[in-house]
Amino acid sequence: MKHTKRAALTLMAILALSACSQKEKFDNDVALGGANGGLNGSIQPGSASDPTSPLYFQQSVGDRVLFAVDQSTLSDEARVVLAGQAQWLNTNADYTAVIEGHADEQGTREYNLALGARRANAVREFLITQGVSGARLKTVTYGKERPIEICSVESCYAKNRRAVTVLAAGAIS
Amino acid sequence: MTTHLTRLLTLLAALPVLSATLPEEARAEPLRIEITEGVIEPLPFAVPTFVPEGGAAADMANQITRVVSEDLTGTGLFREIPASAHIAKITSFSSPVQYADWKAINAQALITGAVSVNGQQITVKFRLYDVFSGAEMGDGLQFSGTTAGWRRMAHKVADAVYSRITGEGPYFDSRVVYVSENGPKNDRKKRLAIMDYDGANTQYLTDSSSIVLAPRFSPTGDRVLYTSYETGFPKIYVLDVASVGRRTLATPQGTMSFAPRFAPNGQTVVYSLEQGGNTDIYSMDINSGQSVRLTNTPSIETAPSFSPDGSRIVFESDRSGTQQLYVMPAGGGEPTRISFGQGRYGTPVWSPRGDLVAFTKQSKGRFHIGVMRLDGSEERLLTASFLDEGPTWAPNGRVIMFTRESQGEQGAASLYSVDISGRNLKKVRTEGSASDPSWSPLQK
Repeated sequence: MKHTKRAALTLMAILALSACSQKEKFDNDVALGGANGGLNGSIQPGSASDPTSPLYFQQSVGDRVLFAVDQSTLSDEARVVLAGQAQWLNTNADYTAVIEGHADEQGTREYNLALGARRANAVREFLITQGVSGARLKTVTYGKERPIEICSVESCYAKNRRAVTVLAAGAIS
Repeated sequence: MTTHLTRLLTLLAALPVLSATLPEEARAEPLRIEITEGVIEPLPFAVPTFVPEGGAAADMANQITRVVSEDLTGTGLFREIPASAHIAKITSFSSPVQYADWKAINAQALITGAVSVNGQQITVKFRLYDVFSGAEMGDGLQFSGTTAGWRRMAHKVADAVYSRITGEGPYFDSRVVYVSENGPKNDRKKRLAIMDYDGANTQYLTDSSSIVLAPRFSPTGDRVLYTSYETGFPKIYVLDVASVGRRTLATPQGTMSFAPRFAPNGQTVVYSLEQGGNTDIYSMDINSGQSVRLTNTPSIETAPSFSPDGSRIVFESDRSGTQQLYVMPAGGGEPTRISFGQGRYGTPVWSPRGDLVAFTKQSKGRFHIGVMRLDGSEERLLTASFLDEGPTWAPNGRVIMFTRESQGEQGAASLYSVDISGRNLKKVRTEGSASDPSWSPLQK
């Protein structure tokens, strides 16, 4: 547990760095952390304040990275988030992950499927370089089929061009 | 359902003007629409309600006449002169035509018909007249089928009229398989649907429990290839249209497979397979499950489509840095780039006539459906909008259907069709939102 807490503290530091790219998500999380007392208060197992929980991974480590238009190259910010993901995955070895690659709506359906696959794979490769076993990481592309933002302007597109690391307990199927 | 196409030879004998016994060159056809030319004025025609001949045919005769008219006027090449303007009344299919009465209202073409119903069987016959030449155009024809398939009888009549006047192949007696859509963009439900080309007789082929994409008809229209997320990952399935039974294709190991299309032989399937983030094109024998890799590059290769003779494949690749169109031999090998204009080119589809490729083009923030020759020449953009994509050809290679998605939070997808001349852009009637159309061959 001590070890996990130390890891979590390191992660928090990393998160501060990546807060810019993850702003929309962290607005909520900061409030949540404050109310629950974060690391100072009692930790509810499985809650967002439990550093071993998928919720914590999702909200505090950051489960997603964003991409430039038609690109699958990882930005410096994305690498920081993914380093945090790798650290979390290395600490919580019981979890596997499916990395979902997504594209914004400005592209043809088939191309965007292939582009989403490139993005998901870029994340997978990076996590592997950070010591996560490839056997724990699967990829899937959704192309433009599953946007989270539905407006047709760049501010929405930017959030839709993403790769999301979705945790699952146990061995990969 | 089977239909029979029978020449009305007995009726021909009674024809007053031209008959099939005249030499070919004597059968001049002044009534003609060149659909590749800029048509200024749609051709006016009259189609008096088909004569009911026995049985409970009156209602059906009326409906069939309406569908014949809608097919023809829907092309934008014809204009119906309403019945209220008619002088002559057609009360018998075999009576001689009073050309003067039709000339007087400026009907250039006259279609007469008769419908008889016998139990579950329906028979429709028709004749086409060139009013100003005072002559029948072609032979009278008769179609038979089940009453449930009455719309097909109407489409066959309209197809014959369309073909005789335009000289183009028919396409009304065809179907479209597509993705029916429901819900907002961030929670969209998709299921496969099939309908007549004009939106009638919609039937749903799958439920919406998993994402389904881009259905593609087999060359005979009996099967449909599509991509489904049933397993959580995109995989290719083949569905039998009659039984709605489906099975997954034995694609090689990889994260996902998608963008399938049949070869003209109906046995080979080309598709994209993704491995380690890279997407290449493969072909598979659908029976043996044996796959062959056709491209091998670190770039995205997808959206393959066979030439009608099965010898070549057009596809898109971003090997040059942006999406462009390429043609390669059906067995793989060095591709030739065919698109060179500004912008990105994707989703190429080879025309059933072999002369053109239809594509999606993205340029300056707009999407277009366009056509070009197979050497990349004579590029013509037919549409422009926020998002047009995924063209599919009518069986005669003269009309293209595609997906148009509207902009913004309420954005929804619809099917549109357009002539290869760029004329007659119109929304296709569907039950709810719709995307990814695939046009069937002409029904047998």
